[in-house]
Amino acid sequence: MIDLSHLKADFPVLGDGVHFLDSGASSQKPIPVLEAMDRFARTSYANVHRGAYQLSVASTDAFEAARNRVAEFIGATDSREVIFTRGATTALNTVAFGWGLEHLAPGDRILSTEMEHHANLVPWQMVAKRTGANLDHIPVSDDYRLDLDSYRQKLGPDVKLVTLTGMSNVLGTMPPVRQIADLAHAIGARVVVDAAQLVPHAPINVVDLGADFVAFSAHKMLGPTGIGVLWGKMEALQETEPFEFGGEMISDVTLQDASWAEIPHRFEAGTPPIIEAVGLHAAIDYLDSIGMDKIFEHDRELTEIALERLGDVPGLSIQGPPNTVDRGGVLSMTLDEVHAHDLATILDEQGVSVRSGHHCARPLMRKLGVAATARASFYVYNTEEDIDALVLGLRRAGELFGVGR
Amino acid sequence: MSLEDLYREVILDHYRTPRNRGHLDAPDAKAQGVNPLCGDDITIELEFDGDHVAAVAIDGQGCSISLSSASMMSEAIKGKSRAEIEDLTSKFRGLMSLDDGTDPGIDPDRPGAALGDLEALQGVRQYPVRIKCASLAWNVLGEALEE
Repeated sequence: MIDLSHLKADFPVLGDGVHFLDSGASSQKPIPVLEAMDRFARTSYANVHRGAYQLSVASTDAFEAARNRVAEFIGATDSREVIFTRGATTALNTVAFGWGLEHLAPGDRILSTEMEHHANLVPWQMVAKRTGANLDHIPVSDDYRLDLDSYRQKLGPDVKLVTLTGMSNVLGTMPPVRQIADLAHAIGARVVVDAAQLVPHAPINVVDLGADFVAFSAHKMLGPTGIGVLWGKMEALQETEPFEFGGEMISDVTLQDASWAEIPHRFEAGTPPIIEAVGLHAAIDYLDSIGMDKIFEHDRELTEIALERLGDVPGLSIQGPPNTVDRGGVLSMTLDEVHAHDLATILDEQGVSVRSGHHCARPLMRKLGVAATARASFYVYNTEEDIDALVLGLRRAGELFGVGR
Repeated sequence: MSLEDLYREVILDHYRTPRNRGHLDAPDAKAQGVNPLCGDDITIELEFDGDHVAAVAIDGQGCSISLSSASMMSEAIKGKSRAEIEDLTSKFRGLMSLDDGTDPGIDPDRPGAALGDLEALQGVRQYPVRIKCASLAWNVLGEALEE
């Protein structure tokens, strides 16, 4: 068993009796990240790229160093392929509206999946409406995984884009992205991966992953809110139009027209999240100091323990794969007739924070036949004690509501 | 404040065995409301006899707080006039907004005033995020009455 319990001291919010099991929504921030942002704001902050003075140079250096660090972390071969956005949602919207509007035509098909977060579903619905393209979905099968036979059948010359999650925020399922991407590329389609859950929890190399675009957020990987990343293969970025317009993203502007700055800056209109980029840099340093392989294995071990102990709780069902094969540390649960909100309230009384509701995935919830689930998700600072507290709280909820009576 | 104060037996009873569940054949008024944050979804149908509610039916899904509130509300408004229901609604909102733990001051002699079982929901006000659960049915009722 990998022991990371010493890390808990780095997270000021995680005091005694705090069992934080909602990292899938947003992670806590360790002291080195908070200090890096604080130090930068105190000593080196100014707006980036346009200043001729020393502070602006220092700030620009720090901002671009963060870009290089992200590129290194995700295995990008060219740091210009790393675009800073406000988060994974903005990154996905950039692809949908910057690539989709340009390249989709009536009769084309966008192929998504039934397990997407609204952030990787609703933008494509809008783009489909505006372009006349059709939106189709790879079904989720009874084992909570993507139905790959159905995927192969759906692939055809009209499919121009395949977009999928790298790890479901509801089920924990990790689809075989490489296999799916290779099949898509064979018919000339572009591939988008919503990696908001994947990048924080698993070692990633965007080249090996095989996608054309990858989106993720800093705040789910120990970094600050307000910054995320769109990685795009250079040739895919070259065929993408900017999605937002304004300062910083232009080369020249006349009263009637404008030309774009080079990649990546053309995709970064306005003042970017500068302090946040420094925070993301520090978060990556922190994650790497632990090791992403170790983090993935730690999540996996906790998930295995949780699956086993939750199996003994009367009335409990888990919506997701019952084992840890190709699966992340996200556990969606229902407890007999006890509603997820009641579960969350009762667990909160035990100091256990879980998310309750539809997890921004209503179509998937309908497919699963549940209105809401309570979701526990693990990260580096979680321990076996957090799982014990979860199990205790679930038993308490069962007793209160007379489950099995 | 303990969980037993929030999840009183009468609340759990209304959750497990909701009253006036289903639909009316020919409702005079109908409204539906959702809580988009949590997906709770309640439909209320009303049948009037003059100014008084003759029949009520509730459908939908949600947590124990929202469904028990709807169930208890359906019992409380049956046979009541519009004015009495308004009175009841403001009493209920008063119950939800008190945060000092004092007695909500319900005068049983006033028409339509007695909240009865609904008083069991006063524990909810200690859980601010759940107040919207308890209030959903009442918001939908207000919309149905405006029809």
